[in-house]
Amino acid sequence: MIATPNNASPARGSELEGKLTLYFKLRMILDKVVRYGVAFGGIGIILAITGIFAFLLVEVFPIFQAARITEQAHYQVPGLPQTPTIHLAIEEQNEVALRVAANGSLTFFDTHSGKLIKSVQLQIPRGAHIVTFANANAKRATFALGLDRGQVLLVRHDYLSTYQDSKRTITPSVIFPYGEKPVVVDPRGKPLNRLAMQENDDSVTLAAATGDQRLLLVSITKQKSFLSEAVTFERNSVTLPYPTAEVTQLLIDKDQRQLYIASRNGNLSVYDISDKAQPRLLQHLSVTHGATNLTSLATLTGGISLLVGSSDGYVSQWALVRDENNNEQLVKYRDFEPLPKAIVQIVPELNRKGFIAIDEGGSAGIYHTTAERTLVRQAIASKALQRIGLSPRANSMVVLDETNTLSFWQIHNPHPELSWSALWQKVWYESYPEPRYQWQSSSASDDFEPKFSLTPLSFGTLKAAFYAILIAVPLSIMAAIFTAQFMSPRMRRTVKPSIEIMAALPTVILGFLAGLWLAPMMEKNLLAIILLFVVMPFGVVFTAYAWHRLPAKVRFGVAEGWEGALLIPAILMVGWLVFVISPYLELWFFHGNLVEWLGNPNKGGWLQGWRIDYDQRNAMVVGIAMGVAVVPIIFSIAEDALFAVPKHLINGSLALGATPWQTLVRVVILTASPGIFSAVMIGLGRAVGETMIVLMATGNTPVMDPSIFQGMRTLSANIAVEMPEAEVASTHFRVLFLAAIVLFIFTFVVNTLAEVIRQRLRHKYSSL
Amino acid sequence: MRSWFKSGAPWIWINASAVSISLLAVFGLLTLIAIRGLGFFWPGDVVAMDYKEKNGQTTHLIGEVWDTEQVKTEVLRANGFDMPQDKLFVTRHVLKVGNRDAYGVDFQLILQPHILKQEQPKDLLVVVRREWGNFYGYLQQVKENGQVVATGSATAWQEFEPRLQRAVALYDQIKHIEKSSIGVINAKQEKLRLQQRRYELNNVLTPDHQAELDAERSELTNERVVFEKQLTDLYNQIKRDSFTATIQDGRVIEIPFSKVVKAYQPNAMNVFSKSWMYLANVWEFISDEPREANTEGGIFPAIFGTVMMVLIMAVLVTPLGVIAAVYLREYAKQGAMTRIIRIAVNNLAGVPSIVYGVFGLGFFVYIVGGSIDSLLYPEAAPAPVFGTPGIMWASLTLAIMTLPVVIVATEEGLSRIPRSIREGSLALGATKFETLWRTVIPMASPAIMTGLILAVARAAGEVAPLMLVGVVKLAPSLPLDSVTPFIHLDRKFMHLGFHIYDVGFQSPNVEAARPLVYATSLLLVLVILFLNLAAIRIRNHLREKYRALEG
Repeated sequence: MIATPNNASPARGSELEGKLTLYFKLRMILDKVVRYGVAFGGIGIILAITGIFAFLLVEVFPIFQAARITEQAHYQVPGLPQTPTIHLAIEEQNEVALRVAANGSLTFFDTHSGKLIKSVQLQIPRGAHIVTFANANAKRATFALGLDRGQVLLVRHDYLSTYQDSKRTITPSVIFPYGEKPVVVDPRGKPLNRLAMQENDDSVTLAAATGDQRLLLVSITKQKSFLSEAVTFERNSVTLPYPTAEVTQLLIDKDQRQLYIASRNGNLSVYDISDKAQPRLLQHLSVTHGATNLTSLATLTGGISLLVGSSDGYVSQWALVRDENNNEQLVKYRDFEPLPKAIVQIVPELNRKGFIAIDEGGSAGIYHTTAERTLVRQAIASKALQRIGLSPRANSMVVLDETNTLSFWQIHNPHPELSWSALWQKVWYESYPEPRYQWQSSSASDDFEPKFSLTPLSFGTLKAAFYAILIAVPLSIMAAIFTAQFMSPRMRRTVKPSIEIMAALPTVILGFLAGLWLAPMMEKNLLAIILLFVVMPFGVVFTAYAWHRLPAKVRFGVAEGWEGALLIPAILMVGWLVFVISPYLELWFFHGNLVEWLGNPNKGGWLQGWRIDYDQRNAMVVGIAMGVAVVPIIFSIAEDALFAVPKHLINGSLALGATPWQTLVRVVILTASPGIFSAVMIGLGRAVGETMIVLMATGNTPVMDPSIFQGMRTLSANIAVEMPEAEVASTHFRVLFLAAIVLFIFTFVVNTLAEVIRQRLRHKYSSL
Repeated sequence: MRSWFKSGAPWIWINASAVSISLLAVFGLLTLIAIRGLGFFWPGDVVAMDYKEKNGQTTHLIGEVWDTEQVKTEVLRANGFDMPQDKLFVTRHVLKVGNRDAYGVDFQLILQPHILKQEQPKDLLVVVRREWGNFYGYLQQVKENGQVVATGSATAWQEFEPRLQRAVALYDQIKHIEKSSIGVINAKQEKLRLQQRRYELNNVLTPDHQAELDAERSELTNERVVFEKQLTDLYNQIKRDSFTATIQDGRVIEIPFSKVVKAYQPNAMNVFSKSWMYLANVWEFISDEPREANTEGGIFPAIFGTVMMVLIMAVLVTPLGVIAAVYLREYAKQGAMTRIIRIAVNNLAGVPSIVYGVFGLGFFVYIVGGSIDSLLYPEAAPAPVFGTPGIMWASLTLAIMTLPVVIVATEEGLSRIPRSIREGSLALGATKFETLWRTVIPMASPAIMTGLILAVARAAGEVAPLMLVGVVKLAPSLPLDSVTPFIHLDRKFMHLGFHIYDVGFQSPNVEAARPLVYATSLLLVLVILFLNLAAIRIRNHLREKYRALEG
C-alpha cells in the first residue's frame, strides 16, 4: 500500500509524504490508544469479576462487627433532681425520653439536650407514697406504681408523631388504661413492697409482696357488656405462701403464665399461674453461684427466658423446659461474660433476643442470648449506675448515675444475632429440650427466636453432593475408561459428544423430571430401582459370558470395541425383567409394598422396632438426578485424561505380555489418576452448587438425617427459597450472603485444586 | 470360565455397560420428554363408561384416559375394594373428568374390572374454557339471548361453531382494547403523574405547567370514555349466546360462549382433522398467552422473555469477553500472573449460578439500581424503577456469569492462530492493532461465536439466579411494546425455565398442568440442543480450517 513516489514532482512527493506521515502517526496513535484501552478494559473486567467475591464479603462483614456505643450528650436530670428516679424510658424515634420520679411525677424531656418537654404529676391519694415500681410489657409501654396503702397505679406512656413541613414533632401523653384511680391489690391496705405486673388488652395480672409478709396474686379482667358497651372489671385474688427468706424480686412473664418469686440469697420459686385462681408451684431452686446474691431479674422478649443478674456481675439465662415426663423445669441455659461489679439492672431488647445490663461500678454490657455473644462490655461512667432506659429499637439508651447525671447514648448494634457458635455449633434455643442444629429464619410471631445454624444446610449440601457423586463417579469413570481405552474410534466420535451434550441440559428440566416423574415412580417401584443397582452388574457379566461362549464366527462378526452397543439390548432386557418381577417380590416378601414395609416392618416379626421413614422426595432421587447432571462433566474430563495417556506406555505394557485389563489397572489408570481425581473434584463442585435439582427434587426441610430415604435442604436451595423474601440489609439477608460465600469458597477451592492437578498432569505427560 | 475371569474381560464389559447406561440415560431422558411433550397436543378420544363405584353404585363417567398403571390387588383389598381372588394385579386408569366447577376435582381413579360398559360416543363434546379447565359433556341446546335456537346434539353443533367463532372474535377485540388501547392511556396517565411530581420536586410547578398537564389529562380521560363505551358494547354483544350440555351425572349446565376458547368432538374426528388440530394446538402453545395461573394456554411471554433476556445478555457479554481475552492473550505479559488469572477465570465458570444471583441482587439491583433511582427517577419514589429486579439486571447477572465461557473460548481461538500469520502481518508494516483487527480477530471469530453460543445456551437454561434478579411467574406486560420508549429494561419478565419450575411445583393443579410442563421442557431442550450442536459444528469447522493453515 505504501507506494514509492518515483515519477512525481518533489512538491507533490513531499505533500504525499506529509500525508503519509500523518497517516502513519494516526495509525501509531490508534495503536497506542487501543493498547491502553484494551489493557484498561481487560484489567477492569478481570478485576470486576474477581470483585464479586469482594462484594459478597463486604455485604457479610457487618454481621461480625462488634457493637459500638457512643455518648451523645449528658445533662443534669430534668425535673426534681433530689427525688430518686425509679424508671427511665425512650420512645421509638429516640427523641423523647421519660423519667418517672419516686414522688409520682412523670417528666418527658428531649434526649439530646435534656430540655423538659412535658411534666405530669400523677394523682396519688393523700398521704400515700410510691414504694415500688413494676415495669410491664415493654411493647405496650405500661408500668405500675405500688403504693404503701395496698394500691397500684397503672400508667401507660404514648407518643404521637405529627409532620409539618417535613419536620417531625413528637407529642408525649400519659394514659391510664385502668382508670386514674389506683387499683386495690391488698384490701388490708399494707404497703406493696415488691410488685410485678403484666397486662394485655383485656386483663392485668399483679403480684405483690406486702409489708406484713404476704404474697398476693391479683388478676383483673375487663368485661365489656354487649348492650351498653360499659366496661366492668372482674377481680380475682389469691394468697400465695410467703417464702422463708424476704422476697426481693417478683416477675410475671409476658403471657401471664408464670410467676417468679426471688429472694436475695438466690432462691427462686416458679409458679404456673395460667389458672389465676389456682397457682401451682412448679419448682423451687437456687439460681446463683454459691454465696452470691441475686440482684436483678428480667424476662427476655417473648417471655420464655428468665435473666438473672447476681452480685458477682454474672447474668445467666434460664428457661422452662419440658422433661421426659412432660413436667416443666427451669433450666440454666447459659452464663454471660460477667461485668466487674454487681448487676444493677437488666433491660431486654424489645424485638431481639438481646439485653443490656449495668453494674454498680459504672460498666454496661450488651449481650445476645442465642448467639452467646458479648457485643459491648465497657465502663461508661466512673460512678455507680442507677438506672437505664433502652429505646424500643435498641439503638439508644439513657443512663442515670449516682450523681444524678443523665447521659444519652447511641447504640450501633445492627446484627447481634450471629456468632461462630450460632452459625456452626449446637445452640440451645428457647423451648427446646436440648441444644441442637436448627435453621428457621422467620416466623409469623414477632418475638420469635431466629435460628441461623448453617450446619443443617451445609450437611444437606454435602449429603446431596455425596449421593450424587456416589452414583455419578462409578458410572462416569467406568464409561470414561471404556470410551478412552477400548472403544472403537468411530464409535467414540459419536459417543463422547452424545454424553457431553447432557451437560448442557438445563438442570431445571432434570429437577422437574426428578420431582414429578422419578420421585413418584420410585415410590411405587422402590424395590425395582434398588434391584437394578444390584442385578445390573450380574446381568452384564452374564451377557458377556454368554457372548464369550458363542461360536467364534458370530463373535468376530462384531468389531472389537463395540461391546457397548451390544450391551444396550441386554441392559434394557435386565431393566425390564427387574420391573416385571419386582411387584411379585414385593408381594411375597414385603406385604405388597416395600415403602410401607420399611416404615413398619415388624409385621413380619423378625425386625422388631426397626423402621425407616420414606420421604417421597429423598436423597436417592436427588442422587440419581444430580448424578445424571454430573456424569457428563466427570466423564468428559476423566476421558480426556485417560485418552491422553501416552500410547507408548500402553504398547510397552501390552508388549511385555500384560492383558488389556492389567495394562489398564496398572498403567493407564495409575498414570491418569490425578486427572480422574480432578474430574471428580469438578463434579463435586458442580453438585455442591446445584440449585434447581435439589430445590425441586427434595422436600427442602432442613433436617440433619443421613438416611438415603430422607430429604434435605441445601445452601443453594435455601438461598433460592428465602432470598426473595429476606428484608434488605437485615441479618437474615446477610446470612444468606454468607451462605453464598460458603458456596463460593467451597467451589472455588475445589475447582482450583482440580485445575492445578490437571495442569501438573499435563506437564507430566509432556515429559513422558 | 476361570481363565475368562482372570483375563479381566468381565471388568471391561462392566465398563462398557457404564457407557451404555449413560447413553441410555441421555436418550431415555430426551425420549421421555419428547413423547410426553409431543403427546400433549394430540386431541385424545373421550370415553363414556358405566362404572361400579367402591360402594357398589353404578355411575356414568365421561373423560379422557390420562394415565394407566398396574396396581396390586392386595393393596386395593386392604383399602376396602372388592377384588377377584385369582388376580395379583389389575389395571388402573386415571380418568380426566374435567368440569372442575361441577365436581371439584379433575381426576378420578378407575379400576379396569369395575368398568361395566365403555364406549366412545361420537357426539361427546370437549370444551376448552377460559376458567375451570376442560368441560366434557353432551351438547343439548344452543341459546341466543336466553332463547333456544337449536336442540339436539347434531343440530345444535351446526349452530355451535359459527357462534363460537363470533364470540372468540369479540373476545379478541375486547382483549385488544383492554390491553393495547387502554393500556397505552394508563401508561400516558402514569407519565403525566410522574411529570407533575417531577415539577413539584424541583419546585417549578407553575400554573402554566399545571394547566398543560390538566389539559392532557382531560384529553386522555375523553379517549378512555370512548374506549370504555366500545368495551361495554362488546361485552353486551359477547353475552348474547350460550349453550347447555349434560354432564356425566345427568346435570345440565349452561355455559356462555364468552367463556369458551375452543370446542371439539374428538370421537367424531378422523386422523387428518386431528392432525390439523394438533398443529393448531402447537401453534397456540407457542403463540398464545397463558391462562388459568399458567396451567393452560400458551407460553409466548415466556419464550419472548427468554429470547430477549438472552439477546441483551449476548450484546453485553461479547465485547466484555473479547476485550478481556484479547488483553490476556495479546497484550498482557505472559507469566505467573496471567496463569493465575486464567485459573481464576476458569474457576469462576464453576462457581454456582445461585452465587451470581445473590451478587446480582445485592449489587446490581440494590446498589446500582437503587442509585439510578435516586439520581434519575426521584419522582417515582417510593415505587422503585430500576431498584427492583428486572430484565436488565437479569441480563447483566447472566452476562457476568457467562463471561468466563466467552473469555475461555476466545482465548482458545486466539491461541490457535499460528504465529506465522501474526508475524506476516507485522512484517508487512501493520501495527499491532491492525494485525489484531484485520487478521487475528476475524480468524478467531468462529471461536468467539462458539463461546457466545455456549454462553447463550447456558444462560437460556439457567433459572436459579433469575429467581432473584427479575423473573416472575406472570408478567403483566412484555418488556417490549408499543409504549415509548418501547424497550422497558426495568420490567420483570417470564422465562421458560422458571415457567417449568413454577407450573410444575407452585401451581394449584400440578397434575393437570404436567403435560404443559413437558411440552415447555421439550421446547427448552430443543432450543438448547440446537445451540450446543451449532457450537460443536462451528468448533469442528474451525479446527479443520486451522489444520489446513498449519499444514
